[in-house]
Parts: sequence; C-alpha cells; structure tokens
Amino acid sequence: MALPYYVSPELIMQDKAEYAKKGIARGRSTVAMEYEHGVVLMADNPSVSLNKISEIYDHIAFAGAGKYSEFENLRKAGIRHADMKGYLYSREDVTTKSLANAYSQSLGTIFSQEIKPLEVEILVVGLGEGETSEMYRISFDGSIFDEKLVAVIGGRSEAIMAHLKQQVEGPRPLPDALKKGLEALASVGQPELRLQQMEIAVLDRRRSGRKFRRLSQAELIDLSG
Amino acid sequence: MVFDPEQLGSSFYDLLITQYPHLSPGRPIPWTAGPSHADASPLAAAVPHGTTILAIRYAGGVVIAGDRRATEGYQISGRRIEKVYKVDDWSAMAIAGAAGPCLDMVRLFQTELEHYEKLEGTPLSVDGKANKLAQMVKGNLPSAFQGLIVIPLFAGYDARQREGRIFKYDIAGGRYEETDYHATGSGGKDAKTAIKQYYKSGLNEHEAIGLAVEALCNAAEEDVATGGPDPNRGIYPTVKTVSAAGIVDVPSERIAPFYTAFLEKRRER
Repeated sequence: MALPYYVSPELIMQDKAEYAKKGIARGRSTVAMEYEHGVVLMADNPSVSLNKISEIYDHIAFAGAGKYSEFENLRKAGIRHADMKGYLYSREDVTTKSLANAYSQSLGTIFSQEIKPLEVEILVVGLGEGETSEMYRISFDGSIFDEKLVAVIGGRSEAIMAHLKQQVEGPRPLPDALKKGLEALASVGQPELRLQQMEIAVLDRRRSGRKFRRLSQAELIDLSG
Repeated sequence: MVFDPEQLGSSFYDLLITQYPHLSPGRPIPWTAGPSHADASPLAAAVPHGTTILAIRYAGGVVIAGDRRATEGYQISGRRIEKVYKVDDWSAMAIAGAAGPCLDMVRLFQTELEHYEKLEGTPLSVDGKANKLAQMVKGNLPSAFQGLIVIPLFAGYDARQREGRIFKYDIAGGRYEETDYHATGSGGKDAKTAIKQYYKSGLNEHEAIGLAVEALCNAAEEDVATGGPDPNRGIYPTVKTVSAAGIVDVPSERIAPFYTAFLEKRRER
C-alpha cells in the first residue's frame, strides 16, 4: 500500500492563503471612508446590477471584493443573520461587531476545513452611538481588522490604503470624501476613472430607520461637477 | 450565521419556520391540539382582541384606518392599541383578531418585505406582497381553530398602475382584492354599512378620511368592542393614507374636526 505524501500543515495553509490572495488581488478595489454624516462606500464596479455594496440592516452595510458568487453568498448569510436576530430580539440588538464576528468565524472555519478557501475580502461597516462609526475588514482566513477612518479591500488595496492614509485626517463633507476616494482608486493605474462609473452608497446618520442609501447616477454627475 | 447553499430562498417567513419551527405562527398549542370551534375555545375570551378596521380607495390612494380599543371578553383591555401599521414604504396593513398573534404577524410581515428587498435588491410587487400575506394567514389556520384568529387588511400603492389597492383575507388564507372599500372585525359590518351609504368612486383624500372616521364612529355606536374617539383622553382612531407620497399618518388634529362634524350631524337629527 502506498503511503500518502506527508505535507506539513504550514505548507497547506501557505498554499491556500496564496491561492486566495491571488484571486482577491485580481479584482477591483472598494473603499470605505468615514465622512461628515456617517460612512461612504465606493466600489470600482463596472456592472450596474451586480452589486458589491449592500445594505445589511438599519445601520450596517457590507462590501465584498474577490469572487462575486462567494461574497454574494456571504452577503445573503449576513442579511439572514441580522434579520433573524432583529426579529428574535429587537432591532437595536443587531450590532456591527456581532455580525463581523459571525463573518470572521464562518470564514475562519471554511479556510481551515475546506479544500478551497473563499477568495474574498469583506468589509462590515456600521454607525455606532453618537458620531462614532465601526469598520471591520475581514480576510479570507477569518482574520479581522478594526479600521479607523478608512478601509480598503480587493485589488491593490495596500497601495490605495497608503495613498489614503496620507490624505485623510478626519471625517470630511461628502463631496470632499468622494474626491479623495476617487483619487486614491485612480492612483493605481486607472487615471480615467469617473464617479459615474462607480457604485457608491452611504450610511447616513441623519436618516431615520434604515440609514443605507445608494447614490443615484444623477447625484454622482452633480457631485463630480 | 446561516451559510447554507441549500437555503437559497429570499423569504424570511420560510427561514423562520425552518430554523425556529416553534416560533412559526399558527403552530397549534399542544394541550388543546385538534380543531375546536373558535367560540368554544377559552382562549378567545382570555386574550385581548382588536376589532374594527377598514380601508377605502380614493383617487390616487387608499385610506386605511382602525379604532383603538382592545377587549378581553366583556372587559376593555386597551384603549390605545394600534391596529394599523406601515409595513414598508409603499404598503400598510390593519389587523383584527387576537391581538398577540396579530402583532406577531405584522412584525413578521414587515421583516419579510424588508428581507426580500435586501436580498433581491428590489421590492416585491403589490401582488407578491398580498400573496405572501395570504400564505402567512393560511399558516395561522391551526391557531385560528383554537380561537386565535388573525384577519388582516392590506393596502398597497401600485407604482406601475399608479393607484392604491386593497386586499382582504379570510381565516383560511383566501385573498380577495376589493375595488372600492372593505371593513372587518367585530364592528366591521356597521362600518361597512356606513361607508356604503356615502361612498362614491373618485373621492378625494379629504373626503375618504372623513368617511373612514365617520364609519368608525358609527361602528363604535353599534358595537361594544369598537372604541369611538375619546377627546377627554385625546384618543382618536388611527388613520393612514397609502399613496404616491408613501405611507402618511393622519394626525389627530386632522381627525378631530371630522368627529365634531359627526356629533353635530347627530345633534341635528
């Protein structure tokens, strides 16, 4: 009987991580930024109907990068999780942190147990008490990062993050934040990028009930002036 | 977190009954399991009941309204209960029957519509909403046999047809669209008779609100389980309009003059 080859766990994890990273880097990036009235999400997304940004709950939004079918599944799972919790307890008991943790657990389990890891990186952002916001970046292996002011996923996220870190010191008015975000996304070899070609949504603290709102084409044309 | 590729539906109701069967509406209560006549059930008199609700179509929308009284047998158990609810930006529902299961159904239906909209990225059509509600009422049938009846009235603004639409239901989940108006609950018959007398097609919003208030006042005069306006306590019926402007609450200040006019008419007789 032939013995199966021994492969060290370290090597397996390394291979899986490399595979996932490659898949994620191939796509385009999504940026989340705190602005004057909440959080703005900007995705470099040429498709009008296949969204990368979505509403999860009253004050929570989601963005995914990498393989569409995989982060779409995660998005739906998140909506189910949040709606169920809100129905079983109350709307205010649905928290960004608990959702981010649930994602982190799921992704971690899939990374260690499945042969193929998910090629995704996701952002869970939410409005907190008062003027605060929460932004969690969760990687394919379930590792979770608590980001402040800006967060970037997918594509050349590190380069964009480095660009934005220098530019953004605090929450700004929306048009200003959009301009900074656009510049950062364009800085990685896409100088012709326009606001109108992007998928943009906000979590606006001033809204009552559901805070998530997509910006329409007309608004984007106005804002890009 | 549900991360199950098998679970691909967009319905929250279906998700709830698969994940938490014990929480699904209509699950018969074990110790009284088996059909019994609603009137014979001790439950019917032991839990609060909400009563008269109505909906009237006018040019461009629907007025949906309900009184504020809840009763437990011959006792008044609530003077300020709400029977008319906004379910999403374009629809509202009113409920009559056992108050607890009614409110549960409202909350479940609100979650259902929001859940679908978020998963699919687009809201359900008015017909889709009305059908989903019918399935939920049908699911409640076992409870209805034990006396916990839920009878909703659904009003939605159809953006495609640019008009308001009314749907009524029976306890078995039968769904019927009404073209003009409908009233149900214990004082429903009296309210309906009142509306019938004055209704004409193409009412404007103001007239429809007046007619709704008058019908509820009539029902309160005839039916003990229906509460009329109570100016001393500042309690007035709940009235909402469903139109292109969305779901709008009609404030008590706007309802009070109709009640005064109603009393005036009575005095003149």
